[in-house]
Amino acid sequence: MLENEAYLSKTTHLPRKRFFRARAHSNPLSDSHFPVPISPSHVDYSLHYPQLVVSSDTTSSKKVEFADIGCGFGGLLISLATLFPETLMIGMELRDKVTEYVKERILALRKANPGQYQNVSVVRTNSMKYIPNYFQKAQLSKMFFLFPDPHFKEKNHRRRVISPYLLDEYAYALRVGGIIYTITDVEELGEWMNSCLAGHPMFEALTQKELEADPVVKLLSSATEEGQKVSRNGGQTFQAIYRRITPIS
Amino acid sequence: MDVESITEETELHDKQSELDVAPALIAVHPTHHSLVVAIGSELRVFDLQGSCCVILGDGSSGHKDSIRAVSYGANGKLFVSAGDDKLVKIWNTDTWQCIYNVSSEKRVTAVAISNDGHYVSFADKFGVVWVVELEGLHQSSAVVEKKPAPMLSHYCSIITGLEFSPDGKYIVSADRDFKIRVTAFPTKPLEGAHEIQSFCLGHTKFVSCFTFVCNQEYPQGFLVSGSGDSTVCLWEYESGTLLNTCEVGAEAGLLQSNGSEEDILPVITDLCASRDGSLVAVAVQSLPGVLLLSCNLSVKSLSIVRKITITEEAFIPTCLSTSSTSELLWLVMGVSNLKGSVSPSLARVRAISCFGQNSEPIILADSEIPGGEQLLKTLQGNLSIEKEVFSRTAEAVKIAMNNLLIKKEYNVENREYRKRGRNDKKKYK
Ligand SMILES: C[S@@+](CC[C@H](N)C(=O)[O-])C[C@H]1O[C@@H](n2cnc3c(N)ncnc32)[C@H](O)[C@@H]1O
Repeated sequence: MLENEAYLSKTTHLPRKRFFRARAHSNPLSDSHFPVPISPSHVDYSLHYPQLVVSSDTTSSKKVEFADIGCGFGGLLISLATLFPETLMIGMELRDKVTEYVKERILALRKANPGQYQNVSVVRTNSMKYIPNYFQKAQLSKMFFLFPDPHFKEKNHRRRVISPYLLDEYAYALRVGGIIYTITDVEELGEWMNSCLAGHPMFEALTQKELEADPVVKLLSSATEEGQKVSRNGGQTFQAIYRRITPIS
Repeated sequence: MDVESITEETELHDKQSELDVAPALIAVHPTHHSLVVAIGSELRVFDLQGSCCVILGDGSSGHKDSIRAVSYGANGKLFVSAGDDKLVKIWNTDTWQCIYNVSSEKRVTAVAISNDGHYVSFADKFGVVWVVELEGLHQSSAVVEKKPAPMLSHYCSIITGLEFSPDGKYIVSADRDFKIRVTAFPTKPLEGAHEIQSFCLGHTKFVSCFTFVCNQEYPQGFLVSGSGDSTVCLWEYESGTLLNTCEVGAEAGLLQSNGSEEDILPVITDLCASRDGSLVAVAVQSLPGVLLLSCNLSVKSLSIVRKITITEEAFIPTCLSTSSTSELLWLVMGVSNLKGSVSPSLARVRAISCFGQNSEPIILADSEIPGGEQLLKTLQGNLSIEKEVFSRTAEAVKIAMNNLLIKKEYNVENREYRKRGRNDKKKYK
């Protein structure tokens, strides 16, 4: 319906960002009224991945393995979709309009590239509250937190999407050996994320060698809209990349 | 912009409205030595062995503000109480001396004592669960001040219940969203409890209460939870598997018409399991009496077996408790801060013999209650309660429970108004 209004770009046939203007920030502590699945088994992933997941078959069908938390406009997912064509991945985004944009973007890509981008989807949700509603224990092999909102004020630190408590939940959703990727252009936040991860008994930093061997690492600063903005402005970035380990008890 | 209903409970709820009334609580010593009723800020203790009222060792009447949580330790040597005065008091139940004091930054909503009695854990209004380590039943007469360490957090949801699993391996916390979280209780809890064993997800509204049911065959037990969705659920909590759901409100025919289009099912307010795990007593909002569910652990099912109605007075229990050595279910109905009443608070205590092997339940008359008049005088404050006070209490109980359990939702307008009133926002303008 919007197509006539040049809502889809003529050259790329992708939805134009300006039709999805959104508030810059949402307060993640507020409950908004979007549907929340009762439990992971209540999510019908066949709606997200119609070509790859059959709804009747919940036990044996493929499960989502990558989650991009606060995925924004979805640039990372789009890159990962073709890099890992066999892996199901999902973006979680709090802002309604942004989520709608990513949805449209994926649908347009699927249409333009038959057979591709079938493994990527997005949900509107508050990841700080509802991760356990989407993922079973040890379901994920990668979680991404790219350029999250910094929440500078000390009293707002608990709004940060990486915190010691939330890491407990991420450790629950990640399998042993799974990897959590974080990047920011805000030095203070970079230090914070790194120190939260370093202090957590269920995470261990990747070695330099491992970082170099991982093709995903290169995407962190280049694949997302926020990352591109930062590099256009010649900004510095700070990464913290950790592996989920079994805690020594 | 879409009109969002906003909850900012963790930021805003710290200042509660004056209208807030606190439901009465009851706790029975695990081997039936004593009985405690908490009403408002008052802790009323009755010694069931000596059949006498207990004067608290610190000369206080309990707390300085509404008590929200009480619990005995597994062996009965310790008792813990806490609430809106942000103090967690740990009592020696031999002397009823307060032996430890813990200051919380926020109001306290739930407490639990580890099975070995070494740790006390409590949840605050921010959804953070804290822990303190005790050095036993120290003999010094001075109260020892303890500093708590944060252990885990439910992100932005108020915790309604906190318990250690029967084998002590897990600490379980339930919240006002719909979550039950099972966390491994670590060997060094002061360093945090990071390993989430499972989430029990299935309730569609707040979880108001939960307990464990065990028997000889299943010593580690199962978890039973009650919720605002009017159901009671049976869980294998180590994996978070939902085994059975009992649609209590619907099955007991407790549909309430609220005058508008929709009928609402009543909230489950508390539950209490018999020591052999075969029966679960359930308190339901607006129901005078309790429902008895039979819990069959070998086939993993819950079903209503009986409605025990207390008809001669509108007795709607706010809290239930039992011990491992008696067949009695103890019940209290009450609230503090009753407005416009001669008696500002009401607590009514009843006992039902219903956890016996196969006998019919008996609702004990006041004269038949262990401790008799003496007990009722201690725990209720007075012996007879007028009908009129009862009906008003019933109404207040409902409000109190709602305030406690149901999230306050503010529309945008209201929220903007509240924001304007906040100093922290002004500062940065
Ligand atoms: C600065 S943007 C970065 C977006 C993207 N990762 C990128 O690199 O371009 C942060 C995003 O996180 C989203 N966000 C913030 N809190 C969130 C939450 N609790 N749950 C889901 N998304 C959240 C915001 O709406 C925003 O789109």
